[in-house]
Amino acid sequence: MKFYLEDGAVFEGESFGANVSATGEAVFTTGMVGYVESLSDPSYTGQILVCTYPLVGNYGVPDEKFFESAKIHAAGLIVSEYSENYSHHSAKQSLAAWLKKNKVPAITGVDTRAITKILRERGVMLGQISATGKKGKFVDPNKDNLVAKVSPAKKTVHGKGDTTIVLVDCGAKENIARSLLRENVRLIRVPWNYDFTQEEYDGVVISNGPGDPSVCGEAVENIRKAFAIDKPMLGICLGTQLMALAAGASTYKLKYGHRSQNQPCSTTVGGVVRSYITSQNHGYAIDPNTLPSDWKVWFTNANDGSVEGIRHKTKKWRSVQFHPEAAPGPTDTRFLFDDFLKDVAKAKKSS
Amino acid sequence: MIKPKKILLLGSGGLRIGQAGEFDYSGSQAIKAFKEEGIAVVLMNPNIATVQTDKGLADEVYFLPLTLEYATEVIKREKPDAISLSFGGQTALNLGLLLEEKGVLKKYGVAVLGTPVSVIRDTEDRDLFKQRLNEIQVKTAKSFAVTTVEDALKAAQELGYPIMARSGFALGGEGSGLVRDKEALSHKLGEVFHTNKQVLIEEYLEGWKEVEYEVVRDKDDNCITVCNMENLDPMGVHTGESIVVAPSQTLTNEEYHMLREVAIKTIRHLGIVGECNIQYALHPKTGDYRVIEVNARLSRSSALASKATGYPLAFVAAKLALGYSLPSLPNSVTKVTSACFEPALDYLVIKMPRWDLNKFENANKLIGTEMKSVGEIMAIGRSFEEVFQKGLRMLSIGADGFTAHASGNFKIEEYLKEIKTPTTTRIFAIAEALKKGVSIEKIHQLSGIDLWFLAKMQNLIALERKLKRGALTKATLVQAKRAGFSDKQLATITKSKESSVRAKRIRLGVRPVIKQIDTLAGEFPAQTNYLYLTYHGSENDVEPSKKSIMVLGSGPYCIGSSVEFDWSSVEALKTLRAEGRETIMVNYNPETVSTDYDMSDRLYFDELSLERVLDITEFEKSAGTIVSTGGQIPNNLALALSENGVKVLGTAPRDINRAEDRHVFSALLDRLDVDQPAWVELGSLTQAAKAAKELGYPVLIRPSFVLSGAAMSVAFDEVSLVKFLKRATAVSSDHPVVISKFIENAREIEIDGVAQNGDLVVYAITEHVENAGTHSGDATVVTPPQRTYLETIRRAKGITKKIIKELKITGPFNIQFLAKHNTIQVIECNVRASRSFPFVSKVTGHNFIEVATKALLGKNVKGNYQTLELDYVAVKSPQFSHGRIKGADPLLYVEMASTGEVACFGDSYHEALLKSMISAGFRLPKKNILVSLGGEENKVKLLPSLQLLSEMGFTLYGSEGTTDFMEENSIACKKVHKITTGQEPNILSLIEHGNIDLIINIPTRPLARENEDGFVIRRKAVDLNIPLITNRQLAEACIIALKETGGGTLSCKPWSAYKPSDS
Repeated sequence: MKFYLEDGAVFEGESFGANVSATGEAVFTTGMVGYVESLSDPSYTGQILVCTYPLVGNYGVPDEKFFESAKIHAAGLIVSEYSENYSHHSAKQSLAAWLKKNKVPAITGVDTRAITKILRERGVMLGQISATGKKGKFVDPNKDNLVAKVSPAKKTVHGKGDTTIVLVDCGAKENIARSLLRENVRLIRVPWNYDFTQEEYDGVVISNGPGDPSVCGEAVENIRKAFAIDKPMLGICLGTQLMALAAGASTYKLKYGHRSQNQPCSTTVGGVVRSYITSQNHGYAIDPNTLPSDWKVWFTNANDGSVEGIRHKTKKWRSVQFHPEAAPGPTDTRFLFDDFLKDVAKAKKSS
Repeated sequence: MIKPKKILLLGSGGLRIGQAGEFDYSGSQAIKAFKEEGIAVVLMNPNIATVQTDKGLADEVYFLPLTLEYATEVIKREKPDAISLSFGGQTALNLGLLLEEKGVLKKYGVAVLGTPVSVIRDTEDRDLFKQRLNEIQVKTAKSFAVTTVEDALKAAQELGYPIMARSGFALGGEGSGLVRDKEALSHKLGEVFHTNKQVLIEEYLEGWKEVEYEVVRDKDDNCITVCNMENLDPMGVHTGESIVVAPSQTLTNEEYHMLREVAIKTIRHLGIVGECNIQYALHPKTGDYRVIEVNARLSRSSALASKATGYPLAFVAAKLALGYSLPSLPNSVTKVTSACFEPALDYLVIKMPRWDLNKFENANKLIGTEMKSVGEIMAIGRSFEEVFQKGLRMLSIGADGFTAHASGNFKIEEYLKEIKTPTTTRIFAIAEALKKGVSIEKIHQLSGIDLWFLAKMQNLIALERKLKRGALTKATLVQAKRAGFSDKQLATITKSKESSVRAKRIRLGVRPVIKQIDTLAGEFPAQTNYLYLTYHGSENDVEPSKKSIMVLGSGPYCIGSSVEFDWSSVEALKTLRAEGRETIMVNYNPETVSTDYDMSDRLYFDELSLERVLDITEFEKSAGTIVSTGGQIPNNLALALSENGVKVLGTAPRDINRAEDRHVFSALLDRLDVDQPAWVELGSLTQAAKAAKELGYPVLIRPSFVLSGAAMSVAFDEVSLVKFLKRATAVSSDHPVVISKFIENAREIEIDGVAQNGDLVVYAITEHVENAGTHSGDATVVTPPQRTYLETIRRAKGITKKIIKELKITGPFNIQFLAKHNTIQVIECNVRASRSFPFVSKVTGHNFIEVATKALLGKNVKGNYQTLELDYVAVKSPQFSHGRIKGADPLLYVEMASTGEVACFGDSYHEALLKSMISAGFRLPKKNILVSLGGEENKVKLLPSLQLLSEMGFTLYGSEGTTDFMEENSIACKKVHKITTGQEPNILSLIEHGNIDLIINIPTRPLARENEDGFVIRRKAVDLNIPLITNRQLAEACIIALKETGGGTLSCKPWSAYKPSDS
């Protein structure tokens, strides 16, 4: 099985997933655990995932209730060494079996560090996994509205309670819903382009999702409408970009994105710089120079200075580029859900 | 942030089990971090073989005992405004706590940097620790902290046996262990409470996984985990005794981050500032966890984590202690990113402990919760099989990997037993079991080792079988190399030669690639110099450096090869750099300074094997290789490297061989007309025994090219001869062994020096306090010599000149002599830096390695080096770890047993000797001394010394014979009965309850083991931590020194106060 990159590089390895070809955007992730969560993260739709950590598959795949969505969304998986031996009490099947079931191809035995260096130096590019070994056509998944592909078809309601939270599901990871579904919370999960402003709600969360935010115009419109309603709002990953677009800022594509579990994000609390280790998976970012004057940068990436979160200066509208719901990755910023729900409670009380 | 002006940094003293060279690394980094801020640093550390005590690092160095008394004196003299306790292991931490407790810090206005003392207490006191964690609902093992045996038994009753006993304020799990019943517990605690005030009786978490995190926190509450590590051996085996992988391999995302979250929550709650380590037990089936302990200081694990990830933990911890915040510090590897991040690895590492238990008589090879290993290795690669086999080779114990050993060794008879009850060779027992077809499920059931690891091991055995079936093809070669098989293993499997496998491999284009460690898995470009080799890759990360000089390091610390060889390697690197040369370091010991990111231009953290060094030199095209600073491992590679076209700098490898090959060297001495003890070469064991009988016991046994730097050994009887020879030939089967007559009552002197083109450049003479027969590594050494005639020195120098001329030596060398009356004989010559190089360099003020390195580069190093006429005296003492090796006789026997060394200066020999002994753990007697002397000669010769003791007012107790002798000679002495008589007071009851301050126990003949009482006395002394002297010459010297100095606090001067007269 071969893996081709747009720039001409070719890597040959062994197949360990489905014996099919795939094409997509080649991206790398540097997380050392969490292949189950990553592969089932809808944000990876259309992408061929290259793992920089060489050993993948060690602890198998657990029951699907632990997934971040019902299926594998990544277009393909590239690893240095697939571990055929897996061992964990929670494992229900091997990674290979899961990939095969989901008809997703995977290659082992290639120099993933070499691929990473190519992507780092030349930026993300298209790639293809070829089951036959022959090179086919490269297809750019970002031309499609990927969000529309992974967003649910219709509204669903979860939990019971006085507090109603709308989750705009642009391809949300399950752990966002799990993080919100607390006692007394009723969660309305709606499609990405659903006009949630017609619902009665106390707060809204705009989820993560795949691809380029600029193709999600309908969602941006709805957010703009929600600004008029003035309820607490939390954006996560793609959600943050959509909120920025709604506020009038613009986004751009990063050279090779942030896909890892060790991104330090800083903010200033009471004059002291606090830095949190965050889980990330995004290819686009907010251009801070385009941010309107009533918004400000909330979190900054301590490594490259890019925007990691914005907040409105007076309203309870906040958003982060990273994943406070973790899964995979560090749980340092999970408090953002607590803070958000506190804001919701406070707003509810005062209204 | 108010920066201190002067910081007192406490070091860790002599290397011992549980506390090895890792603190040279952390201390050196801390000094650099402080100096960079313009802060003056005063270092207190009697370990003279460390890099941290080098000139140019700390502003003042005190080679003094790390005790309350001496630390107080240093504080009075230096008036530091801050003290740093986290970089010198448990020794520094405990001393710091004591200084605080006694009010010394307060009295002299010394602030504690980093983690506050109250927090350290919370982590060290088992009971407080539990309480603190309870406050935040973090789970700890169910336990009771007790201070009496009665309470302990009650607690154990409640928890139910088996239980785990752990002592507070201990290092390396000392005094801890699994206890299966009431009797065992009372017995154990009797000992533990002698040295420890508190013990924790804890539920035994059998079979739980053991996982550690290294955590860093700043004053602003920013907190990160730099690395997590998983022990391959589950709970019950101390982490220092376990094989450890980083990052964890069998934890899911959920488990990994759940434990990470608990770590951060705990460390924040405790309030640690700087670096610490948290250890967990994780249930393999339920994912439940317990926090086992937190070490609020740099530790062995943090040194490992630092080398495993490339994150400069010690350096960052030092900055945080000064008040910097994590986000304000740059990632010193990438330079462009923040230090407030968690490294992402795109490789894995494995750490393996190195034991040397066979150096101790009677020591059992079971491993458990107490640390017994003396060193460790770290292997880097991109598959488990690769690092696992690399690691086993790196141990330098003669193993070629997991399987396929050329020597045919490592066959374990009772493999199932060793798998169930872990021993130092458990891993080879697993190999044996797998070969015999035992299922991994069965092995898992017996050992608790996760199936994932066992399946990987099984892969290796399966691959070996496959490889046996046919000739090597490119495909099978690639597969084998990716699984970590060496060319030598493949030669063994395919019944070929290593060189043929290598030739074939290269012909087929199967070569390893060179990868960088950059802390961010390639996410950001980094100009890192930290490299390893792997077969899992298709491209090199770097271009050849060309023209670099390569220094081969010393491998794992073990008995006989310790921090001194790391020092020598580092000095070589420093000199090369000062000479404007680019440097390459090859070493794989994570406890070293030589493997620090800022010591060389390129660091290959990889094997010191012929195969790997050739891989590197063929790629780098280096201009020369230094084999003479890293001890025996690189020395042994010299000839093979040179035969393969590597340019070895200095003495020609064939001449190194002439010195190493005992037979050739002995013949050479004969030819040079240099006297040596009568010798004979070994053909077979029976021949050897016959020859030894003819020469007459005792005999010296000198194997060639021995691993671990063990030099000569003495056998007093056939039993010890056979035992030693078996062991010697097991590790170097193809090299000869020479047996010679051992001359009793001879003195031993050594010459360390540097030569150039066969001419002597600089030399220093050291003299052993103990007569010949005590292994040179276990001897107390003094310079300038105190007992050696000038004529003897002159002759030793003459002989030295002859030998170095004959061997055309360029570079460092060491020659050992026996001197008796008017004769002087050569016993051995090492054409490399010896153990005493740092000692003689620091004492004489001439850096011998600097001179040697320049000589290797062909620089003219001739000059006038004054090394004999010194206005002061320095004494080096061995540091033993006998307390760790339960059941072993602490008597100096045929092999080296010390794990480290310390040295002190003095205006007199007496002063230097006592300070040095105290630095190695000796305590000056106050009142009661037990004397037990074997044989007439010992009694007669020690009589004047005993009289002195009596005059000084000590109360002497004696064994039956010794008391009779003293009474005959009118010395007051209280008789103590033999143990077997059952009468009171007997030796055992006296030692246990008699407040004995010092035990002098000299067996009839040096090194001979005799009656049971002698063993019990020595063993009890060690177990109860009572100072013990077993050598007559040392006893004499010590007693005279006591008399001469009056036994009070000795002078506390910095190193700079002892200036060589010519400088």
